[in-house]
Amino acid sequence: MKALRHIAVASLLAASLSGVTTLAAFAQEADAPPRQHWSFSGPFGTFDPAQLQRGFKIYREVCSNCHSLKLLSFRNLADPGGPGFTEAQAATIAATFQVTDGPNDEGQMFQRAGKIADYFPAPFANDQAARAALGGKLPPDMSDLAKARSYEWGFPQFVFDAFLMYQEDGPDYIHAIVNGYTDPPAGFPMPPGGQYNKYFPGGAIGMPKPLSDGQVEYTDGTPTTVDQYGRDVAAFLMWAAEPKLDARKQLGFQVIVFLIVFTTLLYFTKKKVWHAVLHDPDLEKPRAPTEYRS
Amino acid sequence: MSGHATYQPQSPFMKWMERRLPIASLVYSSFIAYPTPRNLNYWWTFGGILTFMLGVQIVTGVILAMHYTPHVDLAFNSVEGIMRDVNYGWLLRYIHANGAAFFFLAVYVHIARGMYYGSYKEPREVLWILGVILFLLMVATGFMGYVLPWGQMSFWAATVITNLFSAIPGVGGSIVTWLWGGYAVGNPTLNRFYSLHYLLPFVIAGVVVLHIWALHMVGQNNPTGVEPKTEKDTVAFTPYATVKDAFFVGLFCIVFAYFIFYIPNYLGHSDNYIPANPSQTPTHIVPEWYYLPFYAILRAIPSKLLGVTALAGSIIVLAFLPWLDTSPVRSANYRPLYRQFLLIFFACVIGLGYLGSQEPVGGYVVAARILTVYYFAFFFIILPLLGLFEKTKPLPNSISESVLRRGVPAGASAPPSGAKG
Repeated sequence: MKALRHIAVASLLAASLSGVTTLAAFAQEADAPPRQHWSFSGPFGTFDPAQLQRGFKIYREVCSNCHSLKLLSFRNLADPGGPGFTEAQAATIAATFQVTDGPNDEGQMFQRAGKIADYFPAPFANDQAARAALGGKLPPDMSDLAKARSYEWGFPQFVFDAFLMYQEDGPDYIHAIVNGYTDPPAGFPMPPGGQYNKYFPGGAIGMPKPLSDGQVEYTDGTPTTVDQYGRDVAAFLMWAAEPKLDARKQLGFQVIVFLIVFTTLLYFTKKKVWHAVLHDPDLEKPRAPTEYRS
Repeated sequence: MSGHATYQPQSPFMKWMERRLPIASLVYSSFIAYPTPRNLNYWWTFGGILTFMLGVQIVTGVILAMHYTPHVDLAFNSVEGIMRDVNYGWLLRYIHANGAAFFFLAVYVHIARGMYYGSYKEPREVLWILGVILFLLMVATGFMGYVLPWGQMSFWAATVITNLFSAIPGVGGSIVTWLWGGYAVGNPTLNRFYSLHYLLPFVIAGVVVLHIWALHMVGQNNPTGVEPKTEKDTVAFTPYATVKDAFFVGLFCIVFAYFIFYIPNYLGHSDNYIPANPSQTPTHIVPEWYYLPFYAILRAIPSKLLGVTALAGSIIVLAFLPWLDTSPVRSANYRPLYRQFLLIFFACVIGLGYLGSQEPVGGYVVAARILTVYYFAFFFIILPLLGLFEKTKPLPNSISESVLRRGVPAGASAPPSGAKG
């Protein structure tokens, strides 16, 4: 029997060892995006409205030339926990966009100024139009981008991340991509129209370097560097993907405090109820409640 | 196990009711006076946790269904509508999505507890088989639920899993076409998955009733594996088990809430926030974490048909556990060798889960094959042989004795069951 046990233990050890040796062979993918400090990380994190407004400015002036934001409406800009625009400001922003409406009474589609209830218009009529204009490349919709991108940190980091409440791999990745344009390593097989980006899986990204220092003007004195732009636009996109994050974390704190108090009370109730059982071995029957007869 | 209080209606209305529909006495005998072994530990609270989770999933699911649109062009955006525009829709969806994961977490603990304490053994075979059926139903329900948001992983998981049926010789292709309702995963597939995802939880609820009924026929097992002999060995379900379950449900909910509110997307895959695209295959397709051990077994075997057979067999084999385990002693506490092999088995399943999340190349495949061999060897070689050769520890005379003489060997009061008796 002992021999069987040894065989089992040995095979398990062998299995785990072979797992470790192969791990190293797979590390040849994109660089890990450096982790940034985010105002919205942690249990009490909230979005910084000023940062979201800056990020929105970048989206509007740069990203929106190619990337759609289909799931967001102008009214969202005035939602609580967002960039903190007033409804009037959101309506003014909406009016600067042209949206397609219709058909009208003559049966024609027509262009009009955006209203606060409209969704952000896409830069291209459809995916085919985008590909035709951009040399065959399709820029992804940005509504969920910050949740739709991640980086595999692998074992054991993914275990620690559960305790660290790390949910910012999307924004970290977006910030890294904006800052990741470098010269390709010697002998890198670059496909036509590709740019080298050390954080992009495979290395060859279709998007040309989108931001450079001083490109977008800030009025609040924030440094106009690519590093800062990357952080601001990533924060904005995180809000776009998870607009209820502030409310979620706030409610979560209340729920968890309640659950801890409630569970503590249940623990002492349990202790009291079981006291008799654990300390009186002769206890035979529970007390009969009224309505019931023993 | 008898002799506990029976229900005696006191008020005129309850007397009137009792003669027509004795529901009060059914509830009383099942959930109040029902005798439970006094030595149950906290691993036994996971049955209550599972009942609670089924309730959570049905309540949140019914409300989500009010806002969801099962159509390939609209499903993804309707889920995003729930997240963005429905009042507390984000909360409902995160509860439901993480709830599935926690449901599976609880069921794995529940199954592991049953295996550790031999809860499948005579006379609890039917109870155990109903449990295996419940697990199969959960697997099907969870899989179809994952398809509904119609993200990239939804679509490709549906494609990969339904394609497994094509391994069946002869009729495989026809079965897959029939499952899809077409020649590819498409709108008919999404529609039927939605319909079944709504139906199966109620089938689960029905089988849960049978599971509890069977449980109440044979009574609960307990950490000693010795049946209760006198009233001293048991306590009434209410308040003793109820308050204990409630306490642990509370603890479970704290962890559950941590995931819902602070790391709601930790257990999900980021690709599922990309709308389904049949013309673009993700770099690697992985199922939800709770299927990973079975996925690893599937991929460990180079032949598709054998892989699918092993995948199905790895779950079906559980139903035969009562007969594969030949030892008359239930609890692993009195079976030193079984305990070792079982703990290795649990580690093996976790190891398979990790391997299932990795790409099937090189050492990972070798490791997955070794662990798959152990998985099946545990059931088909180790378990049948252990019962014949293992020298078990002496069992206590009764539950009370084990409770009173905690830590003191209960003496050779029961015959060592090394020889089958």
